[in-house]
Amino acid sequence: MCATCGCGPNSHEHDHSHDHSLQPGNGKKIVDVEQDILQENNLLAQRNRGFFEGRNILAINLVSSPGSGKTSLLERTLTDLKSELNFAVIEGDQQTTNDADRIHATGTKVTQINTGKGCHLDAHMVLHAVQGMKLLPDSVLFIENVGNLVCPAMFDLGEQERAVVISVTEGDDKPLKYPDMFHSSTLCIINKIDLLPYVKFDVAKAKEYARKVNPKLEIIELSCTTGEGMSQWYDWLKAKILQPV
Amino acid sequence: MHELSIVMSIVELATAQAASHDAVAIEEIELDIGCLSGIEMDSFDFAWQQAVKRTILEHAQRRVNRIAGKAFCLDCETEFAMAHLYDGCPVCGSHLCQVKSGKELRLRSLVLPD
Repeated sequence: MCATCGCGPNSHEHDHSHDHSLQPGNGKKIVDVEQDILQENNLLAQRNRGFFEGRNILAINLVSSPGSGKTSLLERTLTDLKSELNFAVIEGDQQTTNDADRIHATGTKVTQINTGKGCHLDAHMVLHAVQGMKLLPDSVLFIENVGNLVCPAMFDLGEQERAVVISVTEGDDKPLKYPDMFHSSTLCIINKIDLLPYVKFDVAKAKEYARKVNPKLEIIELSCTTGEGMSQWYDWLKAKILQPV
Repeated sequence: MHELSIVMSIVELATAQAASHDAVAIEEIELDIGCLSGIEMDSFDFAWQQAVKRTILEHAQRRVNRIAGKAFCLDCETEFAMAHLYDGCPVCGSHLCQVKSGKELRLRSLVLPD
């Protein structure tokens, strides 16, 4: 049987967009596989997701290009909310424990994943990181991905929410240039708005572009330096936490 | 360069399939790669050349079906060709669209020596 269209060896009256170079009977075996190439990652991601749901852990995958302020956003959030919520953080970087050290300084439980030459985290890395963390039930887990607006978009980690961070020192057309990331995210944070008087970034345009790619995307503008807009982010975060039964 | 991870996943899947059929070689491999799947084909080709070396896919002929992007407008129910994820509905302009095809990333079939 042809694996592409399901036609048999003697029923070739219909048009084909593909050729049949190999037909049964010439000493070869055709195996229909029909498997998603990312299935192993997706299965592990579902396993992570089940673990998080079972413990009522809100897992948030933070993605952005390098330097948009993911770690600074986390530092401020962890410091401001540590009396209200239990947090844990997984840091993903190619090299160094610099980010984990910054998170550790806030008194939060943190694990660093170094991907070496790898350009993204995958569900398998997160699974192993989580196994060593003793996460508390009813807590929030931030997974700070490798700074990269392309590759991490394809890899489900088992998170409930994906937050893409862009900063006003970048181009306002980022959502159009890197649509996969904005398409797969649930929240967009526009960071460093305290710098708006000094840069050309057009917030309205950036939002319009982001919503072209993903009309359901929630957008929050903030500055983790001045604190402007942070309360909106905290409200979003608290609204996403499921109340313990 | 996530294409390298993708190719390595394909090698793993194909190796497992070949082993379950007691095959020592793969003659042909057929893949579906959607035009909206986030795969850059030049990078994919480069990664392929490197990653299949000394694997069961080293001498396999590769066939790739590029699946065109199609979306369905949730506002006016038009189905249209989508070249980019930011394309709106050509009829009503809405961006509230559901991607129907083009996201595929699938190992379809293998041809093994009998």
